[in-house]
Amino acid sequence: MMKSWRVLKELLRGGAITARHFFVNMAFHTLKLFGVRTKRKGAVTIQYPEERKELSPRHRSLHRVLSREDGKPRCVACMLCVTVCPSECLSVEAAEDDDPEVQKYAARFVVDLNRCCFCGFCVEACPVDAIRMDTGEIRLAATARAGLTIPLDK
Amino acid sequence: MLVDVLIVLVQVVLTLTWTLLLALFLTWVERKQSAVMQDRIGANRASIFGLRLFGLFQPFADAIKMLFKEDFVPSFSQRFLHWLAPTMSFFFTAVTMVAVPFGDAVRLFGRRIPLQVVDLNAALLFVLAMLSLGIYGILISGWASSNRFALIGSLRGAAQLISYEVALGLSLVGLIMVFPSLRLSRIVEFQGAMLFGFLPKWGIFLQPLGFAVFFLAGLAETKRVPFDMPEGESEIIGFYTEYGGLKFGLFMFTDFLEVILLSALATTLFFGGWQVPWLGAGGFVFPWGGNLKVAPWAVTVLQVLAFNLKVFFFCWLQVLIRWTYPRFRYDQLMDFGWKVLVPLGVVNILATGLILAAR
Repeated sequence: MMKSWRVLKELLRGGAITARHFFVNMAFHTLKLFGVRTKRKGAVTIQYPEERKELSPRHRSLHRVLSREDGKPRCVACMLCVTVCPSECLSVEAAEDDDPEVQKYAARFVVDLNRCCFCGFCVEACPVDAIRMDTGEIRLAATARAGLTIPLDK
Repeated sequence: MLVDVLIVLVQVVLTLTWTLLLALFLTWVERKQSAVMQDRIGANRASIFGLRLFGLFQPFADAIKMLFKEDFVPSFSQRFLHWLAPTMSFFFTAVTMVAVPFGDAVRLFGRRIPLQVVDLNAALLFVLAMLSLGIYGILISGWASSNRFALIGSLRGAAQLISYEVALGLSLVGLIMVFPSLRLSRIVEFQGAMLFGFLPKWGIFLQPLGFAVFFLAGLAETKRVPFDMPEGESEIIGFYTEYGGLKFGLFMFTDFLEVILLSALATTLFFGGWQVPWLGAGGFVFPWGGNLKVAPWAVTVLQVLAFNLKVFFFCWLQVLIRWTYPRFRYDQLMDFGWKVLVPLGVVNILATGLILAAR
């Protein structure tokens, strides 16, 4: 008998909690409808395509290859990133550079996002800080596989 | 004669349209209310020419989707029964609404027009009978599907609904003892009187225990979440398993209709139906003294409005319950029905009888 009273009490408490959430959120929704700005919002939802969540500075998104001041790619085609990549998604083609200081540069630098696991090892491995994953581009989708093979040296 | 037929026709069409519209938008309410309860926003993308209106067009989008889906019947199912089951479920739930009075009778062009399709003298029994017939839809759907999950779901459903119908019937006996009529319009009229001179003589004040048993058993009859053994969407899909498109839509619509029906019945039987507290035919007569004249047409409008508001409240409450509580275990469900609700119903009858006899 005592137990059923306790159960009933807890059931009512549960209902009160959801009802409270409903009324509090509804109040904030109504305020918003009438153009009153409040610090708290009625919902935690982010309406994705229109609203974007701010990405953390450490967020690993689409790769980019940095260039020198004269516009040439900074990559010296040392192949460290290709070696370290666990999913073998990078392919770099080296070419000889006219500048004797540089010697080599990447003629082709392609990332295959079908394979990439966004581990960021390539960024860590690079000795000349030529590749970074800080573009903030996360809408990486394509209707065909070829669309996800992205040349980065352009 | 012709005019009478016309009036009934208009009443049927209006009642059905109103109920179906309510059920249609209850799907929207359910989505939105559950979202707001869970700090979400809910369906808000459906739009017509860029007009979103809080996703109010979502039910229409859903309906169009269901209409254009393939009417699929598995090769091992029985075609006729497979079609019959959702139709029966839907029909017996929808037809129950004819007995519910939406308002007091109106005088129009010297005619007395009740705001109710048929004023049956045994309306309460009619409602219970139709609720019982609704079980056949579930049973047949499970049997016709020839699918084990569907069969388990339908048998569970039949067992649950029959068990809770006992409690539902018992809870109403006390009410009939207090308001000695089976005519729903008479029951509502009885509730227009006053208790101790200030409290409206609503069923809830005379039969609090009866209402609790009625509402809980009614929740089980709607077979929605705390009592959704027939469906049990996380374990067996239940009697819906082999249904898709419009037939599944009919089953789902029946669920929402049952929610509205339970709300309408709870309102009619226990919350004064269309009665507005202290509002008579001439206007308000407040218990603390003081009158407020109200025109006859305004009285009717207020009464219909009051009925609908009460129904909305119960729909809201049921959605709240559906999104708050987890599902019963099957043995707990049966225990609750037979060991709690049925004894409480009997206790209610005895207590009511004692009080009536002592008076």
